[in-house]
Amino acid sequence: MVVGERKPFDEITRMLQGFKKVMVLGCGGCVTVCLTGGHDEVRVLSSQLRMSRDKDGTPLEIIEHTVERQCDPEYIEQVSELVPQVDAVLSMACGAGVQYMAERYQGTPVYPALNTTFVGGSTKEGYYVEKCQTCGECKLYYTGGICPIARCSKSLLNGPCGGSTKGKCEINKEVDCGWQLIIDRLTSLNQMDRYETIMESNDWRPSRDGGPRKMVREDFQR
Amino acid sequence: MSAECKTDSRLEKILRSGQFAVTGECGPPRGADAEAVRKKCRLLKGNADAFNITDNQTSVVRMSSIASAIVMMQEGMEPVMQMTCRDRNRIALQSDILGGAALGIKNMLCLSGDHQKFGDHPQAKNVFDLDSIQLIKIVRIMRDEGKFNGGDEIKGAPKLFIGAAENPFADPFVIRVPRLAKKATAGVEFIQTQCIFNMKKFAEWMKGVVDRGLHENVFILGGVTPFKSFGMARYMANNVPGMDVPEELLKRMKDTPKEQQADEGIKIAVETIQQLREIPGVAGVHIMAIEWEEKVGEIAQKAGLLPRPEV
Repeated sequence: MVVGERKPFDEITRMLQGFKKVMVLGCGGCVTVCLTGGHDEVRVLSSQLRMSRDKDGTPLEIIEHTVERQCDPEYIEQVSELVPQVDAVLSMACGAGVQYMAERYQGTPVYPALNTTFVGGSTKEGYYVEKCQTCGECKLYYTGGICPIARCSKSLLNGPCGGSTKGKCEINKEVDCGWQLIIDRLTSLNQMDRYETIMESNDWRPSRDGGPRKMVREDFQR
Repeated sequence: MSAECKTDSRLEKILRSGQFAVTGECGPPRGADAEAVRKKCRLLKGNADAFNITDNQTSVVRMSSIASAIVMMQEGMEPVMQMTCRDRNRIALQSDILGGAALGIKNMLCLSGDHQKFGDHPQAKNVFDLDSIQLIKIVRIMRDEGKFNGGDEIKGAPKLFIGAAENPFADPFVIRVPRLAKKATAGVEFIQTQCIFNMKKFAEWMKGVVDRGLHENVFILGGVTPFKSFGMARYMANNVPGMDVPEELLKRMKDTPKEQQADEGIKIAVETIQQLREIPGVAGVHIMAIEWEEKVGEIAQKAGLLPRPEV
């Protein structure tokens, strides 16, 4: 899933300065799962904003709403009657959702309440870790199901570097060395013969370096 | 090992003639003052066969390695231009390789590079378009096949003697010889190792290198760094990633009176070199006297490595 983190409250209040009525719009997708941008978080942020603005003597009227997913034209259409009633929309979706809203509602400012951080998952409740950097060409076959692009701090394809110490990365003793994990896993799978094959310089075109990416299911285009 | 030189590198000539090689290191200044490079060069001149010019080591901005290397050549010395993959993509790296070679640089060291987190610009975006092994392969193909990574023909191939680093003390130990084998397959010709303090572990790694015959394709230069003080030894043991300083060496420095610690550090370095010369497969030493360049001559002298041969 896409993991997001709420922006600092001060940054959010600065974005909403001068507005009298806004909509705080949650998303029922990934950010609900990672407890940062769903229905509950919309309620919490909205009441924080109201209290803060009341204290400043510039009350803020808020419409609280959450849609199934903000990265889908069908679902964001559902707020078409609410958007004209507000001065701005504060989206609690990931960066994709914010942009869907901004493109659909041209006349209304749409601002992000979250920092979209990474693609990953949870290891326990409220604890999320990065697993994928969406490079566009999956290498997990070669590396025992552990991604060197996302899990090595230098994204080395022929690691580990000389900074790997006792299974940890040189940047931080809390961070696992991705290549130590790969080697442990290849060893347990009896696939260490793969280690000595040089992984060639990566083709970054399927990654962000090819411009905004798209994926088209031709059978659905009619 | 083939005796035929592929470049005009003095370091290559010495290594291929079977003589025990010595390299040194010179960190460029944090400013545009060429005189600062010259000053360091004068301390180092004649004490080694070639001298690494570091490339923004520990991710701290310094004068570029190409520019510093040119200044060093003006002083009549042979530089080894270090190049990391941290700050440049394959376009910039290949361009700088051509530029460096055009200006007369004859040796290059291919490195992944320290993470920017350690430097003075931790907010920078790192590149790592390539890793060190891919860079080795690209330079080798540029030189020997006259082709860019993209496949186009190079008009005037860069004649560089190709080196890399390896850290026998990093984890996991089990892949440290295989990783050197990957560098050899990629086309590396000489290796400078991380600073050697744990001689037992180094010897174990070297045995693995020799058992696989890698020393017949790649010249191995053992890394030697003198401790200036017990404080430095402790810092290296605890704060430098991938550094292995055994307890007994720390104790030896600690038990030495403060005013004699620098001499003790030199003594340890000389002993290290003497031990390295006895290890089969070791083709030379790489003396890294960090901000202590004036001591390289003394160390080389005491280890019986001076004068350096004329080639």
